[in-house]
Amino acid sequence: MLRYTIQRVIYMILTLIVIATATFFLMKLLPGSPFRNQEKLTPEQIQMLNKTYNLDKPVVEQYFAYMGKVAKGDFGVSFQFKNRSVTKLISTRIGPSAQLGLQAIILGTIIGITLGIAAALRHNSWIDYGATMIAVAGVSIPSFVFAGLLQYFLSVKWQLFPVIATNSENQLTFIGLALPTIALSVFVTSTTARYMRTEMLEVMGSDYIVLAKAKGISYFNIVFKHGIRNALIPVITVIGPMAVNIMTGSLVIERIFGIPGLGDQFVNSIYTNDYPTIMGTTIFYSFLLISIILIVDLLYGVIDPRIRVAGGNK
Amino acid sequence: MDKLLEVKDLHVSFKTYGGEVKAVRGVNFNLYKGETLAIVGESGSGKSVTVKAIMRLIPNPPGKIVNGEILFDGKDLSKISELEMQHVRGKDISMIFQDPMTSLNPTIKVGKQIMEGLIKHQKLSKKDAYERALELMRLVGIAQPEVRLQQYPHQFSGGMRQRVVVAIALACNPKILIADEPTTALDVTIQAQILEMMKDLQDKIDTSIIFITHDLGVVANVADRVAVMYGGQIVEIGTVDEIFYDPRHPYTWGLLASMPSLDTDEQTELIAIPGTPPDLIHPPKGCPFAARNQFALAIDYEEEPPFFQISETHFAKTWMLHPDAPKIEAPESVKARVRVMPGNFEKPIQVEGL
Repeated sequence: MLRYTIQRVIYMILTLIVIATATFFLMKLLPGSPFRNQEKLTPEQIQMLNKTYNLDKPVVEQYFAYMGKVAKGDFGVSFQFKNRSVTKLISTRIGPSAQLGLQAIILGTIIGITLGIAAALRHNSWIDYGATMIAVAGVSIPSFVFAGLLQYFLSVKWQLFPVIATNSENQLTFIGLALPTIALSVFVTSTTARYMRTEMLEVMGSDYIVLAKAKGISYFNIVFKHGIRNALIPVITVIGPMAVNIMTGSLVIERIFGIPGLGDQFVNSIYTNDYPTIMGTTIFYSFLLISIILIVDLLYGVIDPRIRVAGGNK
Repeated sequence: MDKLLEVKDLHVSFKTYGGEVKAVRGVNFNLYKGETLAIVGESGSGKSVTVKAIMRLIPNPPGKIVNGEILFDGKDLSKISELEMQHVRGKDISMIFQDPMTSLNPTIKVGKQIMEGLIKHQKLSKKDAYERALELMRLVGIAQPEVRLQQYPHQFSGGMRQRVVVAIALACNPKILIADEPTTALDVTIQAQILEMMKDLQDKIDTSIIFITHDLGVVANVADRVAVMYGGQIVEIGTVDEIFYDPRHPYTWGLLASMPSLDTDEQTELIAIPGTPPDLIHPPKGCPFAARNQFALAIDYEEEPPFFQISETHFAKTWMLHPDAPKIEAPESVKARVRVMPGNFEKPIQVEGL
């Protein structure tokens, strides 16, 4: 297990380098420059700034300079906010995003798994049809559409929830985060419900469930001890892609509800050609994503003993 | 002999889009204490459904016990509640399944899977259940039980898994053990080992066995009595000698003629039974085997045959045993094996049911 983990971590670093390289060159293809937007600056001033930030050098040289700094843990200084390091910027913005993402994924998986199990155990009943309909709608409709609808009906029309997630002191409130969490979790709920239903149906029809019944085990124990765990294995697989969805979804959702999170920051940095922030945030997002995939893979081993052995030693 | 289980006029149907499949149509049999009853028949003859009905393991819907009684221990198993049934399953009646590769839960340690039933039915503590599980593992011939109990099913071979399934079935010393083709999925050497072990265990723990198979070689090896099923009915039942050496039903003849024996040389032709099993959505009016039976009489197409009793223990459901029926010779390969059974009555007697 340890060897396997170390091996995976090495792959993780390689993947990050590839992502950083690709992003760096793609970013340089973006039109505009960080200083051209500010009309007050004279050409001479812009040139001076470019020189200060090494932007007058060839791109390849800039790349190696940047990667060299990153290797030492220095992600540079943001162009948007004077004298604020990218690391500082990310660390102050990560809180709200993480809270939103975690809430959405926890809410979504809990509701999704419950719905899926209920649908499978009451196969071909109205619960099953209802859950399937919810799942199809939730997967097909993007989260920002839900966000807009929720905001319009629950906040604007019926005034049950605040439109903006923060209060007057720019602090996140629980009630304010409710709508964005729900909007973001719809996809998770639907995906989990769909997979859980299919898997649970398959598991409940399997030979080992019949054997468990033949042992005289109660229905409750058959479902909870024998059924769910086996049905969960494939569901864990989709947590990875769902995490991606939550992250990209949150870029838009944060905008809609005015959440001072990383997604909002990321979008801004692209508008303003804030190279160090774009790079820093991309690397950070990629790191998160790859870590989630690694955690999912390790979780497999915890739930499914067959994979534990295949992954190395026991 | 003590009657342990009595199945009376059992009917099981499955509702499908095509109509109601009458999988079991009036099965009667008794199971006595300590005996092994083999149920043989081709795929779709209703043998598996019959025993699943006894265990009440038929998925409902679509399956349903339409009619009949399953008397065990003073109760009718077809009528008692699901909760009561849970106390019969695994405790009084347990079951071994066909495919050991899929019948163990892949994510639960083997030990726990054996202990589960013990904790539920015998109210053993975890520690006592563990001790009993060790004992069971030794009983079914698994070496190093302490290590093996901590392992998962995928760390066992097919034969070893079937031993575990047998251990699970035997955990609570059941009165009846139902083995639904327990060796079909195993290769021949392992088959022999498992059969040997089951015979051994029956001597040790004195349980009755219902053994389902379509392998007549296996039947000869394990059974005391044999029931031959066709088209959802028992067509012939008798002791193993009576079925092998004095078969009366043309379907039994067909089964025996299609089986090679040690005397079979290169010249002997193995005869297959032509045709396909009957449509059980619209079962034929007369004898279900008539359409495939080269010896069929006119009445076979018109009226369902009654049972005729050949000896105390031997019954066959065919018009050929009627006093008015013409004398029909069995095929050569069957005739070669026929011996005179000492217990036979002078003439077969027509009886009402079994």
